[in-house]
Amino acid sequence: MKKSVNARIVSNRRIAPDHFVMEVKSVWLSRNSSPGQFVAVRARENATDPLLRIPLGVHAIRKKGIRLLYKVVGSGTKLLMSKRKGERINILGPLGNGFDLTPVFREKDSRAVIVAGGHGIAPLYELARVVTRGKKKVDFFIGAGTKKHVVCSKELRKLGAKVHVATEDGSMGHKGYVTDLLKKHLKQVKRYGTRVQGYRSRATIYACGPRPMLAALAKNAKRSGVPAQVSLDAYMACGIGACLGCVVRTVDGYRRVCKDGPVFDAREIVWESA
Amino acid sequence: MGLRIKIGKVTFPNPVWVASGTFGSGEEFQDFLDLGTIGAVITKTVTLKAREGNPPPRIVETPSGLLNSIGLENKGIDHFRKEVYPVLRELKTKIIISIAGADKKEILKCAGRLLEEEPPDAIEVNLSCPNVTQKATGYRLISQDPRATERIVSSLRRETTCALIAKLTPDVTDVAAIARAAEAGGADAVSLVNTYPGMAVDAEDMKPVLGNVIGGLSGPAIKPLALKAVRDVYNSVNVPVIGIGGIMTGTDVAEFMLCGARAVQVGTANLADPGAYTRILAEFKLYLKRKKIDKAGALTGRLKT
Repeated sequence: MKKSVNARIVSNRRIAPDHFVMEVKSVWLSRNSSPGQFVAVRARENATDPLLRIPLGVHAIRKKGIRLLYKVVGSGTKLLMSKRKGERINILGPLGNGFDLTPVFREKDSRAVIVAGGHGIAPLYELARVVTRGKKKVDFFIGAGTKKHVVCSKELRKLGAKVHVATEDGSMGHKGYVTDLLKKHLKQVKRYGTRVQGYRSRATIYACGPRPMLAALAKNAKRSGVPAQVSLDAYMACGIGACLGCVVRTVDGYRRVCKDGPVFDAREIVWESA
Repeated sequence: MGLRIKIGKVTFPNPVWVASGTFGSGEEFQDFLDLGTIGAVITKTVTLKAREGNPPPRIVETPSGLLNSIGLENKGIDHFRKEVYPVLRELKTKIIISIAGADKKEILKCAGRLLEEEPPDAIEVNLSCPNVTQKATGYRLISQDPRATERIVSSLRRETTCALIAKLTPDVTDVAAIARAAEAGGADAVSLVNTYPGMAVDAEDMKPVLGNVIGGLSGPAIKPLALKAVRDVYNSVNVPVIGIGGIMTGTDVAEFMLCGARAVQVGTANLADPGAYTRILAEFKLYLKRKKIDKAGALTGRLKT
């Protein structure tokens, strides 16, 4: 079940030049959200501009609320940025289907390879938290344009994840795309052996980021025989599956990112048209 | 307070309905409101054969508006009869089924299949979706052509006694002339406006934003245009007019009724907030109370000019 709640903002702080983390208090969202699900927030009440809600991945699930990570990209997120502690914000959620963790928890020595591109890291932190808390290994790949935009690396190390960084300008970690860094690592992943059903792998990839990054990743994963789950972003209106506005082309025809996703098996997506 | 209104022979519990394409078949909204409180649910348009819809991106927000090019994605009338309609009929809500087709033959066939079932409370024939090409006319949309409009409505009229609503495009020189054609064809009501054709451009990429290049604009941005279209039609036909276009509040409902609407449809607001309907109906009731108006129907066309 989903609900629309008026949640109180506990904090809203800048973590990078354009990235913010907002924590809201809502026992409902805390209890009912799972890694990979998202919420849709209203940036301004009683206004027609912005008209629609902003979809945001659940970044972290706290005891009495959730955290949302967002990048300021347009007028809606600019309004979010100016929200203060104590204000209320209308949140619709939790929405969509989260990540499937059974491949990671099925076997004793299986592990998660998590790949974040830009603010695609939003829904992946909570995933890493759940996996590491379940005493499973996490390799976390962060891709960003430049060092200043690499977020959450410290927190992820604290969880016990092995963090690999790639920046396009080489200011931190590997110089180039995170998918290239991952590609090298996939050779290693192959040596982990074959424990995920139907795959030559004991690892599962979880990824979120720009579509071209996910397309490249899907190709490499397929070639290496590693299963991959991708969380997609899309222009979205209702968020609950009614309007058919946010569809993505899959091998079974168009499917709704908001209700059938946002997490899909990478093999289901028709990447050329995505 | 009397909220009931009549269209054809059908009495609706209140004049605030939800518009086709913005409410799915209702199921998705059950977490947010009691569907039994809705004046009528107009279902997502169904066509004879399944339609895949247009390539994404299908939607983009514009200032106070929403541009969409869904392209009538639906699973076809047979799937609708088998999977959707039985569930809808269980709801204690008036059900209006929206149908469309590329030409008269397709529309009649679709209606014929539908009418093999127990008829719905009304049929809304969508003669105006801007995101598909219609063949029945030299124009792009059936309801841009008065003769095609009259011909299709009158042939549907011969098929059924069920209340018939013709949904019109505002993208014409004289929408009143089209409404008169629908009336002459035997429509029990006309509903307007469908979305205004429009487009959005990404100057950075030098590309259209929508996969289909053009789409239909809805939301508060079009309300002033829609109010004018409703008033023009109200002044020109005798059948009831159903007002649509950017309704976000109870006051918006009143504005459309003052301009001549007997009922209204809430569309884009449902997408911005799945619980919007309940708020809008409550606000409209408060408006009537404040204005000491006993019957919602008495508001229709009462604009002081």
